Amino acid sequence: MIYANIFYVVAAVLFILGLKKLSHPKTARGGNTLASVGMLIAIVATLIAYGGIDWKLIAIGMIIGSIIGALFAIKVQMTQMPQMVAIFNGFGGGASALVAAADLLSNIQNLINGSPILVSGIEIHPTFYSAVVAFSIFVGTLTFTGSFIAFGKLQGFISGQPIVFTGQKVLNALIAIALVGLAVMMVIDPVNMITFFIGVVVLSAIIGITLVLPIGGADMPVVISLLNSYSGVAAAATGFVLMNNGLIIAGSLVGASGIILTNIMCKGMNRSLANVIFGAVGLVQEGASGTQQQMNIKSYSTEEAAMILDAAEKIIIVPGYGLAVAQAQHAVREVADYLQSKGKKVLYGIHPVAGRMPGHMNVLLAEANIPYDQLLDLDQINSEFEDCDVSIILGANDVVNPAARHDKSSPIYGMPIIDVDKSKTVLINKRTMNPGFAGIANELFGFDNSIMVFGDAKQMLQQLLKDLKDL
Amino acid sequence: MEMINILTVFILAIFVGFEIITKVPPTLHTPLMSGSNAISGIAVVGAIIATKVGGETGSYLGVIAVVFATINVVGGFLVTDRMLKMFKRK
Repeated sequence: MIYANIFYVVAAVLFILGLKKLSHPKTARGGNTLASVGMLIAIVATLIAYGGIDWKLIAIGMIIGSIIGALFAIKVQMTQMPQMVAIFNGFGGGASALVAAADLLSNIQNLINGSPILVSGIEIHPTFYSAVVAFSIFVGTLTFTGSFIAFGKLQGFISGQPIVFTGQKVLNALIAIALVGLAVMMVIDPVNMITFFIGVVVLSAIIGITLVLPIGGADMPVVISLLNSYSGVAAAATGFVLMNNGLIIAGSLVGASGIILTNIMCKGMNRSLANVIFGAVGLVQEGASGTQQQMNIKSYSTEEAAMILDAAEKIIIVPGYGLAVAQAQHAVREVADYLQSKGKKVLYGIHPVAGRMPGHMNVLLAEANIPYDQLLDLDQINSEFEDCDVSIILGANDVVNPAARHDKSSPIYGMPIIDVDKSKTVLINKRTMNPGFAGIANELFGFDNSIMVFGDAKQMLQQLLKDLKDL
Repeated sequence: MEMINILTVFILAIFVGFEIITKVPPTLHTPLMSGSNAISGIAVVGAIIATKVGGETGSYLGVIAVVFATINVVGGFLVTDRMLKMFKRK
């Protein structure tokens, strides 16, 4: 058993190197391969090192898992990536909880007798053991049910809007208190442990659901990132149950990654994590659209827009999720390619929350063969607008709303935005004048340097390309 | 002593995680998530061990865990590769 640990160290090194290679798109693919080799080493080492395992049973489990996993990976559309990551987080959390439960069953008699607990040849204190089992089951189960709710919301099985009811927070608080109580009972009363254990499972499952239900709409990227982190924490906790270095290291890496992404998403929306989890923001507020001021909007045809673009030298495209909904990624690339062939500089400005999960918009654009070195993030793009002739806003709204800079009464006040209004002309494509996802009116549409081109993004871009070529 | 060793590993791993993940550019955040998802499928190692230790019930729980974790591992690495293949320079 000891020598398996050496291979876990090798696997951990490969995971770390693999993640390190993700720091650049050029090396990223090799990094992913490296990490998968690490996983293979860890699995093979375990199969060989632990004698007396039921090969047939494990082979069946692995074959079923591989088929399901591969089907997901091959079939999923890039727009559905958030759902897939959500459901995978759930499987990860669920697996960790199941492992902790199975291990508890193996030690339950020793716990009742007060005998020492031997895990991987290490004697550990029963109190510590019971406590980590309880924690591991709690995080794993919460991740499992929470992820499935997140999946349901993103896939449209459940309303994407926050689902709130009176007493929700009180209910959550009561469940949390009961959970702590049950976990303590698990530790101090081993004879009735199974009963308390079932209680922990049931309440963790419920709190996973009640915590995710009230979060909706634009906040989903935060939830997926957080659940990603939890799936890592669950694996690490299970690593403590089994005293297994491999699980502890890999789980910690994933936990850290999820927390960093959660933080980036929160900053992108200028919200605290507590506000996202408990705020139920995203509910369409009454009155928010009622106070709309009259704006003078200039509606242009694609032909007129083509003439403006023809005179421009530097163009920045700001895509939002609406672009992906309209399946217009390829159309946008064709327009950009044409403009570049005319010697114009074209860049893309990507807001951290432009997609439905961290980095989502970049993947959607990469799928349409848009080179990644043209995609600039918030920090890089905002200095590019000073000498920008035309910025084109496609399916984005809140992330370019100047109210975030000055209007303290705006729900998005303080959110970092892309400063498109600083370019000479702002060309905005929208289907209709309806306010965006957050239901907030956008004063940008009425600015002197703003022009609107109404219509479906894909059709508009195709028409625009035609008009550009006809000039 | 064993306990301290394992805590040391845990804490150092968190620090390493923060150091390397902060260097991942926003462009690659989605592959980072799906890739780290695959890595959290390391629970499969625990699942294999679990199939043999917990008696009959334990082995059933273990097998379900093997299925779940393998979905994570195989699906996670494959879809990450599929995405990273698309990232091209001009």
